[in-house]
Amino acid sequence: MARKTIRTIPQERAFMPVQEPAARARNFDEVTLGFGLDEALLECERCLICPQQPCVAGCPVGIDIPGFITRIIDKDTRGAWDLLTDANLLPAICGRVCPQEDQCEGVCPVSDPLEPVAIGRLERWLGDRAIAEGWSKQNHIEPNRFRVGIIGSGPAGMACAADLAKAGCAVTVYEALHQPGGVLRYGIPDFRLPNAVVDAEIGTLVKLGIEIKCNTLVGRLFTIEQMIGEMGYHAVFIGTGAGSPRFMDIPGENLNGVLSANELLTRCNLMQAGSFPEYDTPMPVGRRVAVIGSGNTAMDAMRVALRLGAETVTCVYRRTEAESPARLEELHHAREEGIEFEWLTAPLEILDDGSGGVRAMRCIRMELGEADDSGRRRPLPIEGSEFEFETDMVIYAIGTSANPILGQTSQIRLDRRGYIETDETLATSLAGVYAGGDIVTGSATVILAMGAGRKAASSIKRYLRIRDSETVYQPKPANLEGTLFGIDLAERNFVRVQLA
Amino acid sequence: MADRDDRRERDAPVRDQVSGAEHDGIAASGFPILARTDFSEVTFLLEIHHPAMARAARPGQFVIFITHDRGERIPLTLADFDPAKGTVTVVVQAVGKTTRAMQRDCRQGSTIFGMVGPMGVPSRIGEASKVVCVGGGLGVAPIYPQARGFKQAGAYVIGVVGFRSRDLIFWEDKFRAVCDEFVICTDDGSAGIKGRVTDGVEAAIAKHSDIDEVIAIGPPIMMKACAETTRPHGIKTTVSLNPIMVDGTGMCGGCRVRVGGRIRFACVDGPDFDGHEVDFDDLMTRLRRFKQEEQAALERWTESCRRIDLEPAHPGGAGGA
Ligand SMILES: Cc1cc2nc3c(=O)[nH]c(=O)nc-3n(C[C@H](O)[C@H](O)[C@H](O)COP(=O)(O)OP(=O)(O)OC[C@H]3O[C@@H](n4cnc5c(N)ncnc54)[C@H](O)[C@@H]3O)c2cc1C
Ligand SMILES: Cc1cc2nc3c(=O)[nH]c(=O)nc-3n(C[C@H](O)[C@H](O)[C@H](O)COP(=O)(O)OP(=O)(O)OC[C@H]3O[C@@H](n4cnc5c(N)ncnc54)[C@H](O)[C@@H]3O)c2cc1C
Ligand code: SF4
Ligand code: FES
Repeated sequence: MARKTIRTIPQERAFMPVQEPAARARNFDEVTLGFGLDEALLECERCLICPQQPCVAGCPVGIDIPGFITRIIDKDTRGAWDLLTDANLLPAICGRVCPQEDQCEGVCPVSDPLEPVAIGRLERWLGDRAIAEGWSKQNHIEPNRFRVGIIGSGPAGMACAADLAKAGCAVTVYEALHQPGGVLRYGIPDFRLPNAVVDAEIGTLVKLGIEIKCNTLVGRLFTIEQMIGEMGYHAVFIGTGAGSPRFMDIPGENLNGVLSANELLTRCNLMQAGSFPEYDTPMPVGRRVAVIGSGNTAMDAMRVALRLGAETVTCVYRRTEAESPARLEELHHAREEGIEFEWLTAPLEILDDGSGGVRAMRCIRMELGEADDSGRRRPLPIEGSEFEFETDMVIYAIGTSANPILGQTSQIRLDRRGYIETDETLATSLAGVYAGGDIVTGSATVILAMGAGRKAASSIKRYLRIRDSETVYQPKPANLEGTLFGIDLAERNFVRVQLA
Repeated sequence: MADRDDRRERDAPVRDQVSGAEHDGIAASGFPILARTDFSEVTFLLEIHHPAMARAARPGQFVIFITHDRGERIPLTLADFDPAKGTVTVVVQAVGKTTRAMQRDCRQGSTIFGMVGPMGVPSRIGEASKVVCVGGGLGVAPIYPQARGFKQAGAYVIGVVGFRSRDLIFWEDKFRAVCDEFVICTDDGSAGIKGRVTDGVEAAIAKHSDIDEVIAIGPPIMMKACAETTRPHGIKTTVSLNPIMVDGTGMCGGCRVRVGGRIRFACVDGPDFDGHEVDFDDLMTRLRRFKQEEQAALERWTESCRRIDLEPAHPGGAGGA
């Protein structure tokens, strides 16, 4: 076959059906519906199988993308999935939630002048096929005598657990909530990542022999020190995430009707408040909802509020759309669904309705000044531009900080922001204890957390002197940390705006 | 932390330490109820088998319960724990849907779907040599481990507990065993002194000039009153706050309270705070956050109970209430 060129490949991306905005804004079903076999094959035809493989380098876990695409073209779907899952254990999840435009697809040469190969959609298609067909890997696991305890069942913890289970360790994952998955479960809403997909992909990991113990709050039920001491774990991995929501400390913040995006999302995703009263947890939503912040968490919160029945949902952000840390696709979907945006606006005070609820928010307009250290132009209040914004529910999505529990209950060394300090092998200050994911970097992405889990697993194997033929995962020193999800590093110090 | 029977466990697999039935290798759930005692029409005690929690528990901590797979996560204070028996005890007041359903369904021999804890920072049982432990309403049981803790630490313990009337009194013997002085207050005067717990606290302050600390647990209005009682005397007053919670791990911020003008998360920064610093009005407002939904859930549940009660007894569908 002649080599494909940019002119000979299909010019348009294969069609992927999407729920109509008007309909989907009122239901929790998935927004994007995924490829079928024909579309997947068509999309694979768009790949040039570049010898330099820029996309592989662009992927934080180095998936052999041209390799799996070639196998799909050869109708070896199962083989394609095997190759894919050598690097990424959660393809149906990552295919849905990775910011591919900044990673594999961002460096795909097809993207100039066409749209890049839809790598994420292909990855999702393979992952979904595996779930539908019930594929799992026949790993030949040679048990060894080591026991490893993992704290947190988010992507970091699960990836670490899987690699160590494959190496033959007896692995137990402890999760504080009553269901595993971390942010995948409680944070990212069903219409972007259905719970059934999370269940299925975690289920394939459990088949490796990993034991997951939910309802177990490490630090309080037992400490890290006890795990490596009397409980007899040879090594421990901490992947507890970054989920402590921030507030701004402006007046009115404790009114009923003011809540964090995490609370809204947890009530809806983990506790299924959308189905109250069939499920016991309620989440009454306001008529006019304001969401402060413009990261992906904010987008998720806005779209959930809409689906719960809010009449209007407005994003209030102190910079402009150009500085918004949200993925373009999310912004686009949110706008399509009718979310309104108040750019260059900062809240000053939340006003009481007289009975403990919210009546309005006093805001001030901003303008962009000089660039700050992060290179972004600093928003400055415009004097005299205060106005009242009518709203009855205010949702904070201005980022998270480190959860304090492990720091409170252990001698482990934290950095000055309260995150766990590690060296480049992800070892912490306690011997045999490793950490990775959001609890080390601050909020980042699913794939980076997974990569950290795998890297820690390889360090743990070295620490336990387990010989193992697997290639050691080495992430690129990509400067992705903290810039993609939640809120970026520079955005974290959302200071109270004051008039001079 | 736990210093008791841990040696014995050194080689035991963790499986045995963290009890719970398993489904597909996921979940640690199904904690057996070993005993139940009813104290009144609305108050009941559950003693549950959870050896790891019994070992780890400290006074002032709480547990989050989930009673079924569609259930809410509700916090309950550990009213007692026994590492030797491997049990933890909670005393529940049936006030709404979840707690009433527990009152109906939780029996000796049945299991709790999910339980996580102990949560929260343990109470600081410090060097205080003379303390007053005050419990009212749903705070009577939770104050017990604190009283015991102070007693064990060598303090002189004055217990003050409030009930509406004589027939609602429970644990009198237990309290007397750990208190140097024990005062019961009843609204109607049918036992102990007639009046509120604050009257008991006033009396104790009048009698002892050297009280180091007052610990009060109960409804917010009661804790507020206690804090106001001690404020003029400058006696350190610790209260245990009970805002509405979801995860209990510091992740949602739903449990935030105002203490000393700052936002704190009761589940990870508390639940104990300095009573003179707490904004109780804020707490009480926030407890009304889901009033309508709570009402609706309770009505719906009561209705469904009524239907279930009618059906088997009256297959024809007839019958009175
Ligand atoms: C709303 C939202 C949307 C997002 N969307 C995307 C997206 O589209 N794409 C993307 O790539 N990233 C996204 N992210 C970011 C991504 O989800 C996180 O970076 C990633 O989940 C971090 O993984 P982790 O394993 O480090 O921690 P987490 O996923 O946070 O998991 C940590 C787990 O540890 C548990 N835990 C914590 N403390 C304890 C303890 N003491 N004992 C036991 N268990 C404990 C927690 O309950 C939790 O389940 C989003 C984040 C949020 C909040
Ligand atoms: C740290 C902590 C410890 C607690 N310890 C105990 C205990 O030992 N024994 C006990 O009986 N209860 C305790 N509670 C209160 C208990 O959690 C609530 O009574 C329970 O959640 C009510 O659930 P429900 O569905 O039955 O009632 P709902 O219908 O949800 O509520 C009914 C009524 O209870 C009030 N309420 C709801 N949630 C709470 C809450 N979290 N705290 C206080 N009042 C609430 C509501 O304002 C409403 O008036 C504690 C609460 C906290 C936060
Ligand atoms: S894991 Fe993410 S970055 Fe890597 S190939 Fe898949 S979609 Fe692209
Ligand atoms: S209950 Fe969610 S943060 Fe305290």
